This record gives sequence, structure tokens and C-alpha cells, in this order.
Amino acid sequence: MNVEVTGPSILFSLPILGGIDVTQTLISSAVVTVLLCVSFVLLGKGLTKRPGGKQVLVEKGIGMLYDMTIQTMGEHNARWFPFICTLFLSSIFGSLIGMTGFLRSSTADLSTTLTWAVMVSVIIWYNNIKANGFLGWLKGFTEPVVVMTPMNLVSEVAQPVSMAFRHFGNVAGGGVITSILYTALSMLSAIILNAIASSGIAVSIVVMVLAVGLLVWNSRDKKTWRLIVGILFALLGVFGLLQALDIVSGVPVLALGIPAVLSLYFDIFSGFVQALVFTLLTMVYVAGSCPEPEEAAA
Amino acid sequence: MELAQGIAILGKALGAGLCMGIGAIGPAIGEGNAVSHALEGMARQPEATSNLRTNMILGCAITETTGIYSLLIAFVIMFAL
Repeated sequence: MNVEVTGPSILFSLPILGGIDVTQTLISSAVVTVLLCVSFVLLGKGLTKRPGGKQVLVEKGIGMLYDMTIQTMGEHNARWFPFICTLFLSSIFGSLIGMTGFLRSSTADLSTTLTWAVMVSVIIWYNNIKANGFLGWLKGFTEPVVVMTPMNLVSEVAQPVSMAFRHFGNVAGGGVITSILYTALSMLSAIILNAIASSGIAVSIVVMVLAVGLLVWNSRDKKTWRLIVGILFALLGVFGLLQALDIVSGVPVLALGIPAVLSLYFDIFSGFVQALVFTLLTMVYVAGSCPEPEEAAA
Repeated sequence: MELAQGIAILGKALGAGLCMGIGAIGPAIGEGNAVSHALEGMARQPEATSNLRTNMILGCAITETTGIYSLLIAFVIMFAL
């Protein structure tokens, strides 16, 4: 079984600044960015005090994100909300855009997630230095005991690496598992269709008769498994007959329904959960480095 | 050379299999623990169900990280080495 697992392919190369390679990821990210910008400009037009249906939905969505931000980061950190919202929406739409057949998910590339993680790390370091001063930040590594310094340094490097790899691994790994499943199912259907076709036309006619029998039985006494097995036998019989007559060969019949159901988990659920986890971890770390401003007692 | 290629494929298969097989034990046990405590909490106080459910999903996603690390290494061994 030969599965081709490759990274994003380079489509062409811009000749400026010593040749910038334009990969599939760049095109997907650009498409996601343009889509988000255009849709938000359109959704933000014509806001009324008595909102119509569309505005209610948008307000509810943005409200949920805003409440989550305030709850996690505290009232004084509300200025981080646009950044958090951008990160979350880029992440989830970057993962979902791989479900259209012709674009590759922009988060299925380590470059995208590592960039975001390093960006968040730099923000955390900058805010730490602004709050505690440069020496105060360095001294923070020696807390609580001085011997903990190497472990604190390692965990400081491990945070963005782990965030990036978690997001990338879930999205890209889901894609690889789906492609392995596709290959396995089409190999299986090729084996079955070859077996049916090489035993002669009679066998495929028998399979089709069985299928019709099962479907008729199902219409009298409805049970789901009879419907599913009946449709399966019908497809196998029809394509076995076509293969025996040498019209088509090697049609991946069994790859019809199962990868779609799995895509519900791998693409939609996993993409949403990973975007949520990335955003929540960002919020927690950034809030940890922006402490509450102490109000001077009057 | 058939023998050398065969040994390479043997190494790849064993490496990837052991890596993912052993790496799948830890996250499964951890997530089972998390879900069991969450279910206990939900049984004790059904009105906190949605709060507990959200936090359980979050905790499971973070616990899954080391399993994803083993999956990535298994893919690198199988397809890029």
C-alpha cells in the first residue's frame, strides 16, 4: 500500500527578495484572510438599534467570545479582545477551509501554527518586561528556588513548541489518517470488484438480485441494516457487472460514505476544539503576564 | 538491493508501530480519568453539566498532546525517513 504523504506543494516562486516561494498554505491563508475581512465588513454595515436577524446572530457570536475573554483574562485585559478574536477565527476557518476539495488547510502546515505560537511568546515576554523590567523578568526565572532555573527556561521554550505542535499535529494527522483510510477502502473495493468480475457475469447478476431482495424486504419491515447492506450490494453488483463487461474498472465503491462520517470528527470537531484550546492557552498565558493594575488608594 | 530495502522497511514498520502503540496508552488512561471525574461531578450536580462538559473537552484536548507527538513521530518514521 503506497500512500503519498507530502507537505504543502510550492506552486510558483515570486522573483523578489531572492525568490519567495508561494505554497498552498500561503494561498489558503490569503483566501481565509480575504474572506474574513470581506464578510466582517459586510456584516458590520447597516447596524441598527433594533437589530434584524443577521445582526442578532453576529452579536451573539461576538458576545460569546467577548464574555469568554473577559472571564479568562479579567476586566482590565479587554483590550486584547480583537487579537484573540482574530486568532480564533483564523484558526478555525484555516482548518475548515481544507474541507473544500481544492484548498489545503492553512493550519495543516507547521509554519502557520509555529508563527502564531512564537508571536504569542513574544507578546508574553514583552508584557513581562514592561511590567517587571528586564532584570525583573530574568529574575522571575529563578523563582521559586534558584535550582529551578534550567527547568523554568526549558518550560518557557516548551510552551510555544507544544502549542504549535498540538494544533498542527491534530489537523495534519487527521488529514493523513483520512487519506490512509481512503487508500485502504479503495484497495478493498478493488479486491471485491475484481473477485466479482472475474467470476463471470452471473455472479454480479446474483449479487444484484440479492440487493433487490434486501431492499424489497426493507420496504416491508424497515430496519436500517437491511437498507445499508442492500444499497452496498446494489452498488457492488452494478459496478461488478460493468467491470465484467470491461466498461469501467477499479471504481472505489466502498469509499463512499465512511470517510464523510469520519470527517465530521476529524475536520469539524477537531478543528474547532484545537482552535479553542490554542486561544484559551493564549488567553491564560497573556493574562498571566499582564497583572491587574493596582489602584492607588486615594 | 532487495535485502537492504527489506531491512529498511522492517525497521520503519517496527519503529512506527512501537512508537504509536506505546504512545497511545498514556493519553487514553489520562482522558479516561478526566472523563470519569467529570461524570461523577455531573451525577452529583446535574445543573453544572454544561460547564463540566466544556472543561472536560478542554482538558482532554490538552491531555491528547503527547499522543499527537507520538503520532507525528510515527508519520515521520513511516513517510519521511
